Formats: sequence, C-alpha cells, structure tokens
Amino acid sequence: MTTPVTTGRRRLLAVPAVLALALTAACSNSSSDGGGGGGGSASALTGDCAKYQAYAGHSGTKVSMYASILSPESDSLEKSWSEFTTCTGIKIVYEGSNDFESQLPVRVAGGNAPDLAIIPQPGLLAQMVKSGKVVKPPQQTVENENKWSPVWKQYGSVNGTFYAAPMSANMKSLVWYSPKAFKAAGYEVPKTWNDLVALSDKIARAGGEAKPWCGGIGSGTATGWPATDWLEEVVLGTYGGDVYDQWISHQVKFSDEKITTAMKTVGDWMQNPAWVNGGFGDVKTIATTTFQDAGTPILSNKCAMLQQASFYRAQWPKGTNIGPDGDVFAFHLPAVNPQVNTPVEGGGEFLAAFSDRPEVQAVQNYLSTSEWASSRVKTSPGWVSANQGVDKSLYTDPIDKLSAESLTDPAATFRFDASDLMPAAVGSGAEWKALTAWFAEGQSIQKTASDIDAAWPQ
Amino acid sequence: MPTDTRLAGPALHLADSLWQDAAIKFGNTAGAVLGFLGVLLAVFFAAGRATGRFSRPLAVVLMLGPAALLLVVGLVVPLLRTVYLSFYDADAAKFVGGKNYGWAATSSQIHDVLLNTLLWLVVAPVAATGLGLLLAMLVDRMRGQAIYKSLIFMPMAVSLVAASLIFKLLYESRGSGQNQVGLLSQLAVAVGWDDPPNWILSQPLNNFLLMSAMVWVQTGFAMVVLSAAIKAIPDEITEAARLDGATGVRLFLHVTVPMIRTTLVVVLTTIMIITLKAFDIVRTMTGGNFGTQVLANEMYSQSFEQYNTGRGSALAVILFLAVAPLVVYNIALLRKERATR
Repeated sequence: MTTPVTTGRRRLLAVPAVLALALTAACSNSSSDGGGGGGGSASALTGDCAKYQAYAGHSGTKVSMYASILSPESDSLEKSWSEFTTCTGIKIVYEGSNDFESQLPVRVAGGNAPDLAIIPQPGLLAQMVKSGKVVKPPQQTVENENKWSPVWKQYGSVNGTFYAAPMSANMKSLVWYSPKAFKAAGYEVPKTWNDLVALSDKIARAGGEAKPWCGGIGSGTATGWPATDWLEEVVLGTYGGDVYDQWISHQVKFSDEKITTAMKTVGDWMQNPAWVNGGFGDVKTIATTTFQDAGTPILSNKCAMLQQASFYRAQWPKGTNIGPDGDVFAFHLPAVNPQVNTPVEGGGEFLAAFSDRPEVQAVQNYLSTSEWASSRVKTSPGWVSANQGVDKSLYTDPIDKLSAESLTDPAATFRFDASDLMPAAVGSGAEWKALTAWFAEGQSIQKTASDIDAAWPQ
Repeated sequence: MPTDTRLAGPALHLADSLWQDAAIKFGNTAGAVLGFLGVLLAVFFAAGRATGRFSRPLAVVLMLGPAALLLVVGLVVPLLRTVYLSFYDADAAKFVGGKNYGWAATSSQIHDVLLNTLLWLVVAPVAATGLGLLLAMLVDRMRGQAIYKSLIFMPMAVSLVAASLIFKLLYESRGSGQNQVGLLSQLAVAVGWDDPPNWILSQPLNNFLLMSAMVWVQTGFAMVVLSAAIKAIPDEITEAARLDGATGVRLFLHVTVPMIRTTLVVVLTTIMIITLKAFDIVRTMTGGNFGTQVLANEMYSQSFEQYNTGRGSALAVILFLAVAPLVVYNIALLRKERATR
C-alpha cells in the first residue's frame, strides 16, 4: 500500500513549498490588482467590484481547492470566479486530480486536507464527515442553498446535518436519438412509456439494420454502472420517490418484489433480443461495449435510441451537430408509470469545507450564490445548476437547457443516483458486478438480487 | 485582445496566477533538488572529516542510512500498517480480529478470485518462459538474430495497460450481422466460422486470453535472459556431449537445460512475481468481470472503490504471503549462482 509513501513525500516537499509560497505571496501582494479592490482589510470595494463587498476583508489570503475536474473544464471554473478573486484578493489555489476519489480520503487521513473539496458522490461526503474533519458551512451558505429544491439539502447532509452545498447538477433521465433519422422515418418522440414501447416495437418490426436500442455498460473497473442507472430510472419511474428512498436505505431490498419487478421491466427493455444491441450484436455485447462507444451506431442509423446521462454529449465525435434538428439530440425518458410526476434522476457536485477560516467561508458563500452559478453558466457550456436563481436564457447549449428545465421544474420528482447513495460495498461493488453478470452471463434476476443484498454491510 | 475591458482584469489575473503556479512548482522542484544536494554534501563532508575509531562505523551508517530509512518509511511501515489494518473494520475504526480473513476464506467470490490467481500463477509464467526458451534456441541459430531479438523484446517496452488495450481490440466482437472489428473474430470469419463467440465473455477461455497479453509482454524478457545463459555454456561441454553422441532433443534436455537451470528458475519466478502483482491487465480488459477477477485487482477494488480498508488490507497481506516465498527463493538462487561464479 502506497499511502504512507505519498504523504511522506508530500511532507518533504512541503518545506520548500512553504518557502516558495511565502516568497510569491509577498511578491503578489506588492503588485496592484487589476480589478481595483483588494486593498486594506476593511476598505470598501468600488465600481465593478462593489458587488463583492460581502466577501471583502480577506485580501492576500489563499484557499486551496481539490476536485476531480480537470482542464479544460477546470479552466472554465477558474475563469468563472476570477473576478471574485481579483476583487476580494482571495486566491483560490485549484488542484484537479484523476484520482480524486481515492486520494481525498488519503489526504484527509494524512492531515493534508484541502480547504475545500468538490465531492461528486454523497457517499464520499458521508465518509469524509465520518472522519470528523468536515466543517459545517456558514449561515450564508445555508441560506443561499435554499434556492435549490429541498431534496438537494438532503443530499448535501449526513445524518440530518447539512454539510455541503451543491455546485452543479446533471441529468441522467435522457434518451439520445437522431432527430434527422426520426424525421426521415416519420417517428415521433415518445411522451409516455407506452409510446416508447410502441415505437421500439415499430422500429424492431421495420426490419433492416436498425434496432431500437443500443447500450454499453463497460467502464473498466466501474463496469456495470450504466445498468444501475437503467434500474434506477425504472424504479423511480414506476414507484416514485418514496420507494426509491426506501430502496436506498435498504428498507426495500433488491429481492423485494417491487425491485425484481423493476428488474424485469429493465430486462424486457434492454435485454430484449429484438430491441438490442443495435450496431453491436446480441444482448451480451452490452457487457463488452464501453459506455463511451455505445451511442456511435446512432450516427450510422444502426441504432435508434440510447439511454445515457447529459454528460454523454462529450462522447459524440467532433463536428456532430447536437440540437433539436441536428444529428443527435435527447428527450426526457418518460415515466414507466404515468402516475409518477416527471421523474428526474441525476447527480451533482457538492462543496465541502475542511477549514472554517473566514476566507474559506467567503469562498463557500460566494460559490453557493446564484450569481456565481450564472457566471459559471455564462463562461462555457457543459455546466448546469439547479439553482432557481439562474436565468435559463443563459444556457446556450440545447442539452444544458433541456437538463436545466427538468432539474429546476418544481413539479418534477428529482432523485439522486441511487448507487452513489448506497454503501460503497453495494453501489460501487456488488451492484455493478451482479448487474454485469446479469447482462453477460444471463444470470437469473433472483440470484442477481440476492447477491447484491448479501453484500449490504450489516 | 479582449474587447470587454471588464474581463481583461480577471483574464490577465488568471494568466498571472498560472505563471505563479508554474513558478511555485518550479521553485518546489529546484528547492527539493538543492536541499537534497545540500544534505548529501553535508553528510559526505562529515564522513570525510571523521577519523580514528569511529570512521568505519560512521561510514557504514552514512552509506546505509538513507537506503535503510527509505526502506523503513516506504516498505516496512506500510507493511506493518497494512497488517494492522487487516484486523480492523472497513473504516479502520473497530478491531474485528480475523473477520476479514474469515471473509476471504469463506466467500465464494474470493474462492473464484484465488482460483483464477493460481491459474495465472501457473500458466502465464510457464508459457512465457517456455516460449522464451524455444525462441532463444531458434533465434540463436538464425542470421540477423539481433533484429529478431529486438522485435520479440519490444513488447517489454509497452506498458501492461497499453498491451491490454491492444489485446482488448484483438478480442473485440460484433454480432453475426455486423462487420467484425476485432482481429480474432475477423480471422474466425475468414476461415468460415460465421458466428464466432464473444471471446471476452467465453469462460474459462477468457482467462487464457487475458494471460496472452502477459505472455506477449514477458516472452521477450525470458528469451533475452535465457539466450545469454545458453551462450554462456562452455563450448567444451556441448562438444563433449556431441562426441558422446548426444544430439537434438537429448542434447537440449540433458545438457542445455541443466546448465541453465538456475537462470531458468530465476526467470520463471520473476515472471511469477510480476504475474501475482498484475492487476492492470484484468482491470483494463474486463474490470474483473466475467469470471476473470484476480487477487491484486480485487484488493484494489475493495480498498479504493468500496472503501473497505480492512478487507483490502487482508487481501494485500494474503498476496504478500503468496509472493514472499517466491522472492526469498529467487534471492537465494541468485546468491548461490553468484557464489558459484
């Protein structure tokens, strides 16, 4: 295990780092800031900087931030708060890492926690809170968070205590399709589950090369996660939020009739030999196709539809026209049971603090405002906030706009990705493995369900 | 030039902070290197000044010290801590005794993992060494052997992850109606097998398909080392054997192999150790699904994906116990060989 080695090396490096930091900090303080503010601790900010008055008084301080977001996405983040940092003089030292999920616990355990961390899974947040190092957010952040629909507060909370405000939201309940192909064949975008089933049958009967659905659950060690999404969509769309929540807390087990029925619905859909796997082969190829490749047959008309999250937009080749009349676009996956109000399954990222220094809290406060969210949305596409204060006309990308509309819809039933909320032994272990075996080896629903239940920590 | 002057400030600031970050990182590196050199100089200076009774012990301590320190910090402490953690629960908070080992011994999932690991341990090193020996014998007799050797040795330069990606593409499978993408499937179609299986899903064949990647990478290493050993056999011995009437297979089995036995075993155990630790191939090609999981990958999954440090550490200890005898045997053999030379 390499843990102590890494921390040991980091400590060795820390000495020259501190020296260098001190030197550069001294240098940067002497130069005047372009934004005009950032002077003495209590001086009033003027001009364009006036709106940052609430965060003033911490000039010359540094706040470290650690996250899984890499360049170029992280450049957009830094750009979105650059005016804030210029005006307030608080420098945000951002560090992105591929190994964020495994390194954050290591850093926190080694006493080397960042001031702030952008955590994409509530499960990881809960684990960090258990370590006792996460600091509760300031009052202003708690108030700012109220602009998100109430269910989000629960996902930023651990055991009923609110710890981390959401920064971004993404939507999983989407079906990717080709508007051009649909138009050419005269297909309508389905509005209900029955329409969806009828359309799939119609495409399957039409013969030819095209199958109605394609899918891929391959993703290295995380193989299986797209299958967990399919099950989650069906559970949420069949029974609504309450059963979904009970399922997450294991009050409703996987072997419960409700969940096995949902698995049967998934089986009739994504394991239907007449419906899948367009462009790849039989049902089993779903297990060996990577989720990144899964949608490519849509472009060659070998597959009509793919259920994947909004972030799948990044997988389309360069030059693909994404939009309501383009090569590809997405529609909202309809609820299996029409009684359930617009089910939206999604994910999000949360800002957790490991320090309560005033400048850290100032950053936390700013990043929870709708002003910052708007600034980030304006910077570049690919970022959606469920903050009600963000003007939806700011979204330039059609997928972002579609996601934002569903995510901020007060009537929608929003729920977080269930596997992210279950214990890691299940949500990042047994469920992936068992559902993969279900697809790859034709394992029975009963065995698949009982295997997952058996892995639930006692 | 940015036309919006309000943006100019922040944009400049951003560029500024990037330079600053780069400067800090450069400063870190330079500081670390200078610091290291400084410490070395001080140490050697002190060692040079020491005279008399203490000079020899001091020299020993100074020379051995850094290496020993790094070994303790980088190997011994983590090892002890891993053993310690293996007796605790998932969050390293509660002592659970041998529960994690009990889980490893009784769970059917781990049984499959251990079985696969054993299969890897036996098949991959034997195949790589055997193939390497065969190639060493054949290539040594060919003209332009340096070129062939370089070509066969080349995969050693490829990382296991890259090799796995290559083999994954080889095994890629499409349904009977589609154009095949993978080489293996296409070859099968070319010889008239219309609907070849999805290779990576075909148990237990898939385990061997994964091992091929390891064999492909390690054969070159085995060949080069064994070829050198074969060439080191004194000509008198082979000649004497020939005069006694030994040829071909007999010469190979009764003279060549016994003469290079030590090297053969070292090569075999070295590849065994690499095999036991290999998790990149499984991780890249199947993620441990379809009945191909091995110990090293399961350990990673338990520790860093399911955040169960207890179980992960227990598996690490089991893996360590499996590798340790091989390492010891390997070192003992190397020493014996050095002593005879």
